[in-house]
Amino acid sequence: MEVLNLLAGGFAIAFEPLNLALVVFGCAIGLFVGAMPGLGSVNGVAILLPMTFLVPPESAIIFLAALYYGAMYGGAISSIMLGIPGASTAVATTFDGRPLALQGKADVALISAAVASFVGGTISVVLFTLFAPPLAEIALTFGSPEIFALMVLAFATFIGLGGDDIPKTLFSIFIGLAMSAVGLDIISGQPRLIFFGLPGFYHGINFLVLAIGIYGIGEMLWTVEVSRGKMSISQATMSLRRIVDGVIGLKSSVKTMLMGSFLGYFVGILPAAGATPGSLMAYGVAKTISKDPGSFGKGNVDGVVAPEAANNAASTGAMLPMLTLGIPGSPTTAILLGGMVIWGLEPGPLLFVEHSDFVWGLIASLYAANLFALLINIAFIPAFIWVLRMPFTILAPIIFVLCIVGGYAPTQDMHDVWLMLIFGIVGYLMRKLDYPLAPAVLAIVLGPLAEPALRQSLLISNGSFAIFFERPFAGVIMVIALGLLILPVLQKIVRYARRSA
Amino acid sequence: MRHIARRLFGFGLVAGVGLGFMAAPHNAAADWEPKKPVEFVIMAGKGGGADKMARLMQSVIQKHGLASKPFTPINKPGGSGAESLVYLKQKTGDDHVIMVTLNSFYTTPLRNPDLDIDISTFTPVGRMAEDTFLLWVNSDTAIKTIDDFVKAAKAKGNGWVMAGTGKGQEDQLLTDFLNKAYGLDMKYVPYKGGGRVAKELAGNNADSTVNNPSEQLGFYQAGKTRALAAFTPARLDLFPEAPTFQELGKDFVYFMQRSVVGAPGMSKEAEAYYRDVFKKVYATDEWQGYMKSKSLQGEFLTGDALKTYWAREKENHREMLTKMGEIK
Amino acid sequence: MRRAEFVMAVVMALVSLYLMWKSAELPVGWIPDEGPGGGAFPFWLGAGMLVCTLWIFLRWFRRTSEVSRSSEAYFDGRALTLFLIVGGSLTVMIGSIHLVGVYGAVPLFLAFYMRFLGRHGWPTTGAVALSTPIVAFFFFEIALNITLPKGLTEPLFYPLYDIFL
Repeated sequence: MEVLNLLAGGFAIAFEPLNLALVVFGCAIGLFVGAMPGLGSVNGVAILLPMTFLVPPESAIIFLAALYYGAMYGGAISSIMLGIPGASTAVATTFDGRPLALQGKADVALISAAVASFVGGTISVVLFTLFAPPLAEIALTFGSPEIFALMVLAFATFIGLGGDDIPKTLFSIFIGLAMSAVGLDIISGQPRLIFFGLPGFYHGINFLVLAIGIYGIGEMLWTVEVSRGKMSISQATMSLRRIVDGVIGLKSSVKTMLMGSFLGYFVGILPAAGATPGSLMAYGVAKTISKDPGSFGKGNVDGVVAPEAANNAASTGAMLPMLTLGIPGSPTTAILLGGMVIWGLEPGPLLFVEHSDFVWGLIASLYAANLFALLINIAFIPAFIWVLRMPFTILAPIIFVLCIVGGYAPTQDMHDVWLMLIFGIVGYLMRKLDYPLAPAVLAIVLGPLAEPALRQSLLISNGSFAIFFERPFAGVIMVIALGLLILPVLQKIVRYARRSA
Repeated sequence: MRHIARRLFGFGLVAGVGLGFMAAPHNAAADWEPKKPVEFVIMAGKGGGADKMARLMQSVIQKHGLASKPFTPINKPGGSGAESLVYLKQKTGDDHVIMVTLNSFYTTPLRNPDLDIDISTFTPVGRMAEDTFLLWVNSDTAIKTIDDFVKAAKAKGNGWVMAGTGKGQEDQLLTDFLNKAYGLDMKYVPYKGGGRVAKELAGNNADSTVNNPSEQLGFYQAGKTRALAAFTPARLDLFPEAPTFQELGKDFVYFMQRSVVGAPGMSKEAEAYYRDVFKKVYATDEWQGYMKSKSLQGEFLTGDALKTYWAREKENHREMLTKMGEIK
Repeated sequence: MRRAEFVMAVVMALVSLYLMWKSAELPVGWIPDEGPGGGAFPFWLGAGMLVCTLWIFLRWFRRTSEVSRSSEAYFDGRALTLFLIVGGSLTVMIGSIHLVGVYGAVPLFLAFYMRFLGRHGWPTTGAVALSTPIVAFFFFEIALNITLPKGLTEPLFYPLYDIFL
């Protein structure tokens, strides 16, 4: 029960007036930064890092953690309302969040996302409290072969995501992976695929450029065509009654929520994986275990609940390798890590021993941040709904502007804005021909994790693939992944053969 | 479309001239000061050593009010720093662009002559520190000294995995030195960041690393990893048990510079301004404390002294890369 | 639709070939004891894309896929006009950011879109077109410290920076 004592001490720190105020403030800022397409928790945390010099380090990291949490909630808002994932962690939320919003159920989607995030966050914080040190040991042994196996698993859970047109789905995956190879080849140290010698390609093709291009500009062009002269695209309504009904309606999603939370947390603690694969896998699993997989992608609440529970759980999970190993599981935790170092807190296995006040204060403020992020989020839902009800001819140009500014902000390079426009237009033209584009977006997220892990493993094993099966963790994950990959492919081929015969 | 563009251009010109006139009287005679936020380019990715240091400098500047306009960090890690070097070159003559740099400042232009970067044209602002390197192994092993290390690595031959960051950069230069000096055949496996490399060692996925102290400190203090020897002229206070390679009879030292450079062709006034700002940063308690806790070394260097230092280091790196066969 | 499907497959096949050619700048084969070379990953992905385009073409030829049977127009007149206007104005806006910056290009784009496509009155148009850049300025430049491109309008902002930063 020592843990409980430590946690109680942590709560005493978290509920000091200054810290509590910072938690509330951080959540609110995070919510807005996260809701902007293109800006995510990374930007918020990076930019506000120096400001935290005004307060003691403990309070500062609490503030930044609250901001991180707020931004994770906020990411869902832009995914649902605009259909543009503000960060890679919120990609999966668009798959069903956007259709729900278009059906006039934006409020249901937003509430589900908020509640799922809360549940995911809470479960993960509890898991964190109870099992931090042993999990850190497991995370430590995770090397490149395990990461590659995990990536194969992530792809496997997603096999059913594409449309019915197999060649077009495959094409989309391949082109996404190919785009993820642009920039630097880390193994040979050579620049790779620097198209036309443009220096903008040195930093690779950012996931956000493709996502905002396809989901922002491409989707808007599509909506412009479909809506024609209509004034409003979404009959979003809002009342207390509907909120209450929405929360009650979530009863049927409890299982999905729990699944997402656990899955997200365990994937999140793996170094270098972070919240994105976690949320994608949760979506894939939710679809697989659902009684009605056909409704996924057309506005199934479970399709919002699973990734949102998972990405919040994973962001807590990602704190674990950061605190105990000094390994950031995501770019945001990388910045947080930088902050801790600046404040003279050395992350590593000893942090829990030498600065236990700090660690437990942080954990307790995660609980607090979670609660306040939920409340603030719900309080703002009416405002978001109001925005959605604006005439489309006002909303559309503003969204275009948001896309362009959001595409510029992460790298501050106009090259990326042009690229985004091209992706948007080409994506729109391809979409009209039934090319599924979501697989490309997933591929560009997972590609940069998968390829180096594969090649590092092969380098270590002198080119032998046995390395993926000899190691216990990698072996188990790989076998599951291959099973998942082969099964539906076989099914599809059989069905396909039958149909065309 | 041409028509619109021309009209917009006309509008822009009128606005620009008018506003320039309005802004002109401001601060004309006084010393140079930035007129807008200063772009603080970081030659590495978020969360790396250079990034942490840049954000610390930014924070110190902000906390002590050392500059009248904020310094806004932008990461341009592409192509081992090629992206930021090209960017700075494009910004020739710009007084509002500075960059935090490391040793890829030498190696990237040497390895990619196509970039056509001449680092002697860049404006010297200040060398803030030199980071040190040590040779590390996992504490689960029985390796306690460099002799044990050589014996173990020889036994494993090409199966000995040395993890490092980037190809043809610091870590691989050091690996190559060790291979040559002790007749080893270690395999170099590149990872994305120093923190990841440190973890691969602590998790027993690599046999050895040449991390900076800042990257390995957490594991070292927890007793997970062990420092065998230092690539410095004198033993480090934090790791008194690790002898230097000079003590071990190999005349070899290697540092990682942590410097700030300005765009080529920056005005003298701006150069002086940034030099003063970073000199003050160097003297702050925060910076000094950081250097001590991470075992950073080196005096503040600026102006011609820094240029001479760069010229010398560039030649050293040219020599090392040539020996490795990375360049001709 | 049918012609569009064919054209798109051809274009994407060309893209795949270009990708393969570009990837071949680095070794695309198997390096003994090391695994695949630096260009292998994109090269074989390019090859996979090429196979997919051939497959798409086959399905087009045999009229298996839905779009290759569709006799609907890829773009009808009104959709094409809308696409050209919206896509064109976006291109012009991004292009003019280089010249007059975000704060010049954005209000012009908003005004154009709302007035000529949305047929909103001048008061609404003006209010949105002017308030968006102001909000953007305070959100990005002041609160988040992200500098947006300004082109020729840059000197205009020096006094603002002096006041707010």
